[in-house]
Amino acid sequence: MRRKSKFQLPSKYLLMILTLVCGILVYVSFTMNLSGGPLNTVAGYVFVPMQKGINYIGLWFSDKADNLNDLKDVMEENQRLKTQVDELTSELNTIKLEQYELDNLRELLELDQKYPSYQKVAAHVIGKDAGNWFSIFTIDKGSKDGIQVDMNVIAGSGLVGIVTDVGPNYAKVRSIIDDLSKTSGMLLTTSDRCIVHGDLQEMNSNQNILFSELKDSDDKAAVGDPIVTSHISDKYLQGILIGYINTLEVDSNNLTKSGTVTPAVDFEHISEVLVILDKKESGSKD
Amino acid sequence: MKRKITVLLIVIVCFLLQTTMFQALSIASISPNLLIIVTASFGFMRGKKEGLLTGFFGGLFIDVFYGGVLGFYAMIYMFLGYANGFFRKIFFPEDIKLPMILIFASDLFSNLLVYFFQFLFRRRFSFDYYMMHIIMPELVYTMLVTVFLYFLLLKINQKLELSERKRSARKFG
Repeated sequence: MRRKSKFQLPSKYLLMILTLVCGILVYVSFTMNLSGGPLNTVAGYVFVPMQKGINYIGLWFSDKADNLNDLKDVMEENQRLKTQVDELTSELNTIKLEQYELDNLRELLELDQKYPSYQKVAAHVIGKDAGNWFSIFTIDKGSKDGIQVDMNVIAGSGLVGIVTDVGPNYAKVRSIIDDLSKTSGMLLTTSDRCIVHGDLQEMNSNQNILFSELKDSDDKAAVGDPIVTSHISDKYLQGILIGYINTLEVDSNNLTKSGTVTPAVDFEHISEVLVILDKKESGSKD
Repeated sequence: MKRKITVLLIVIVCFLLQTTMFQALSIASISPNLLIIVTASFGFMRGKKEGLLTGFFGGLFIDVFYGGVLGFYAMIYMFLGYANGFFRKIFFPEDIKLPMILIFASDLFSNLLVYFFQFLFRRRFSFDYYMMHIIMPELVYTMLVTVFLYFLLLKINQKLELSERKRSARKFG
């Protein structure tokens, strides 16, 4: 074997040095809320294109598989659909009436003005947390697309989470079902506030998240009531649907209530999200 | 140099697969931990130094993209890689028992540490629940993947060692 001519650092010293480096990194990111910095940029350019690629390949395959299935089904479906058209035309008339009623109700809740007026940008989910403990995912839009930390992320009609970290071409999103996530919520029916927090245990076993400290003094809260983000939340925009009350019970202090919420978003199959470009703080200034 | 690039590529590929494909293939929202397999394997196949470096970079990738605190996973994986390096002396490539045990122990330890620091510290006391529903399923799934991934890593490592031996032989031959 070749005798080693150049200086080799013994592994225990390397371990010590890197432990120190890690310790400093942990300390710095704890105290200064620093995240990544230049590391984000480098990592973003290395990994994001590849993650996107893998996802596109995956989508392509599932698309192809779907196409083959579709071809068979299309013929049968065509027959079925024709009969359905007749049914639906009659149904449509009733629905038009209901729509009119719904518009009136929406106006009452002042919801219709809130959602569409925000500026939004669509993004794909490109990767999910490497472990099984947390619910963090990355999306393929970053600071280059105008995304900043603390922006709200929605999918369909419900709240998904919040941007916690941004690289040039990706952003890290902590979903509301994450064990560390806490959101100030509000009961849409009574305007009573509560705290909604993600819980790994409850999410894993029942697909629900928890809420607590609901001050329901009139005792009007009921199972099925929608919970939206509250007006006092400092990061979440007001009135975004979080979910619906699943169970409800009075706390031991007899003043507040707590229970579980079924999220409005299907977190298991989330692939596209909308990032709201308006932030809570800046929203009031302009 | 060839070795460094290869190992880095393996870590990157495993990280990418773990965050994309294996998340899609997750069973009951549990996915396997490929990076632990890589870290532990290079620990007992190549020694402490390579184990700790592999673990450090693998952990750092997780920290940058999905971690809450920078350096947390890097530290855990680094120590696991280093610890696996102690078993290099009793490691024989043909025998799969030791690698299985070591990878099992590494995955268990890494998850216990995550639970201890990130969950117990926030008063999540129902350890038996997390043990049965998060840690154990991940262990089982990871062991399943190990059977395939370990032999792949072993083959790559043997190829690398062969080319290294040839090169050093050429120098002095």
